[in-house]
Amino acid sequence: MTAALSIRNLCKTYDNGFEALKGVSLEVQQGDFFALLGPNGAGKSTTLGIVSSLVNKSSGEVEVFGHSLDKAHAQAKMCLGVVPQEFNFNQFEKVMDIVTTQAGYYGIAPRLARERAEFYLKKLGLWDKRNQVSRMLSGGMKRRLMIARALVHEPRVLILDEPTAGVDIELRRSMWAFLQEINRAGTTIILTTHYLEEAESLCRNIAIIDHGRIVKNTSIKALLQQLNTETFILDIDPPQSVLPALNGYKARLEDDHTLVVDVEKTQGLSGLFAELSQQRIEVQSMRNKANRLEELFVSLVDKNLKDEKSA
Amino acid sequence: MKPRELFIAFWTIVVKEIRRFMRIWPQTLLPPAITMTLYFIIFGNLIGSRIGEMGGFDYMEYIVPGLIMMSVITNSYGNVVSSFYGTKFQRNVEELLVSPIPNWIILSGYVVGGVSRGVGVGLIVTLLSLFFTDLQVHHLFVTISIVLMTSILFSLGGFINAIYANSFDDISIVPTFILTPLTYLGGVFYSIQLLPEFWQGVSMLNPILYMVNTFRYGILGVSDINIVFAFSMLLAVIAVLFSYSLYLLQKGKGIRS
Ligand SMILES: Nc1ncnc2c1ncn2[C@@H]1O[C@H](COP(=O)(O)OP(=O)(O)OP(=O)(O)O)[C@@H](O)[C@H]1O
Ligand SMILES: [Mg+2]
Repeated sequence: MTAALSIRNLCKTYDNGFEALKGVSLEVQQGDFFALLGPNGAGKSTTLGIVSSLVNKSSGEVEVFGHSLDKAHAQAKMCLGVVPQEFNFNQFEKVMDIVTTQAGYYGIAPRLARERAEFYLKKLGLWDKRNQVSRMLSGGMKRRLMIARALVHEPRVLILDEPTAGVDIELRRSMWAFLQEINRAGTTIILTTHYLEEAESLCRNIAIIDHGRIVKNTSIKALLQQLNTETFILDIDPPQSVLPALNGYKARLEDDHTLVVDVEKTQGLSGLFAELSQQRIEVQSMRNKANRLEELFVSLVDKNLKDEKSA
Repeated sequence: MKPRELFIAFWTIVVKEIRRFMRIWPQTLLPPAITMTLYFIIFGNLIGSRIGEMGGFDYMEYIVPGLIMMSVITNSYGNVVSSFYGTKFQRNVEELLVSPIPNWIILSGYVVGGVSRGVGVGLIVTLLSLFFTDLQVHHLFVTISIVLMTSILFSLGGFINAIYANSFDDISIVPTFILTPLTYLGGVFYSIQLLPEFWQGVSMLNPILYMVNTFRYGILGVSDINIVFAFSMLLAVIAVLFSYSLYLLQKGKGIRS
């Protein structure tokens, strides 16, 4: 099966000489739900910008469903729907006109364009705003308008650059549900996000990009398996003033009744509880520390920074 | 894209462009109507009656074609330059860039948008002029083709200006410092035969002179210049500007980083 998106050795040097991409290669399979993660300025928008013809590449190849952006750009573009990071519609146009005009750009006849616009505006909860000038929409509505606009030609791949930035929790959940729905119906989805829990709960595969290089490209599952330590926070009683000796477990006291323990996968938890009960320390409650993916992310990005400095 | 899809895409741009200038008609359609009416009253009626004949016609009759042409020029140019610059500025040019529309369709769409406003305002001014003078068209074909070609040419000019512009100031530089002087000196208000020989020669270098005079020839049947030469020159300039615009679009100048 041809990949939905195939990027090979993509490089980008901006006019001011800044090297934003240093040989990015990626493959996204058909039907995938894919996340591109990375810190600010990593090159996510640049990569997606090149894929969506908004940025000129310096070198490298991009294929969308086997159509090369250089040789068959019209076919490639037909397959792509793009939701950019920043609002980019005409502030003075009405919501309905923005969506139908975009359909027209893809050669969709006015009648069908109106039907599709109605369908997606309803789906995204914007139908009663259809005659409003887009400037009057709230930030979350504007983002949904960009999604409706990107879907009006029913692309096979939907690219979203930080779709949930500045969107409230409830709306974010409904947007996730919507994206999952169209993904199940067959649309390949590629998004960037800074929320790792978003990637964890939505996506099957991810790539982590940093300083214009891919530092990891794997499935979420494999990534989580890679985490071999997990950190737990325990509320303990009675209060301890010195760290109790816990055979083999790396631990520290945050305060006299909060114990933080790193547990290796091979160690398991029962040993820890045994140690504690032996010392008559009772565990009142226990929770997982932060987002595990987040820590992994930070460690990968840190490692990339060190590699870069030593190189 | 198939021919039918290309046509839909083209038409979508044209409709969007027409919708834009109709929506802001107090900025686009009203001002030329008012200015030109003032010209007709002041130059045509009040001063014109003292001037007497120009090129064998009433002064009013003589300047009406020039003023119509002036409106066509400024409005074609102004429409494309502000619309395309606005599109760039608000970044909704990205809507076009992500779509499969070929560049020549984008360009043609904007040009036809400019021509629509240029010709639309030209018609408004023509209708207004009927309150002041009788218009009889001498050569219909010449009249229509010169208006269309002039309008296309200046729409292309506006497009190129918009591509290079980096600020709203940049879109008024060319109209203020080049277009307006050339138009005023392009025989809108006088026949260049009134000028000393040297300045007649200099005037012949002004392309707008050819457009104004060809249009005047279409309406009145008199001209300071050779009509065939005017048409050939216009065609050549249009071809050059069109190719250059396409080249800039292809490169993504000013619209793709
Ligand atoms: N037009 C431009 N000219 C010069 N440098 C640019 C331009 N656009 C982006 N850059 C630089 O390229 C790098 C990558 O930017 P990019 O927008 O791709 O990052 P990103 O991963 O999307 O970040 P964010 O998470 O903040 O959106 C940044 O260092 C940025 O400053
Ligand atoms: Mg970005």
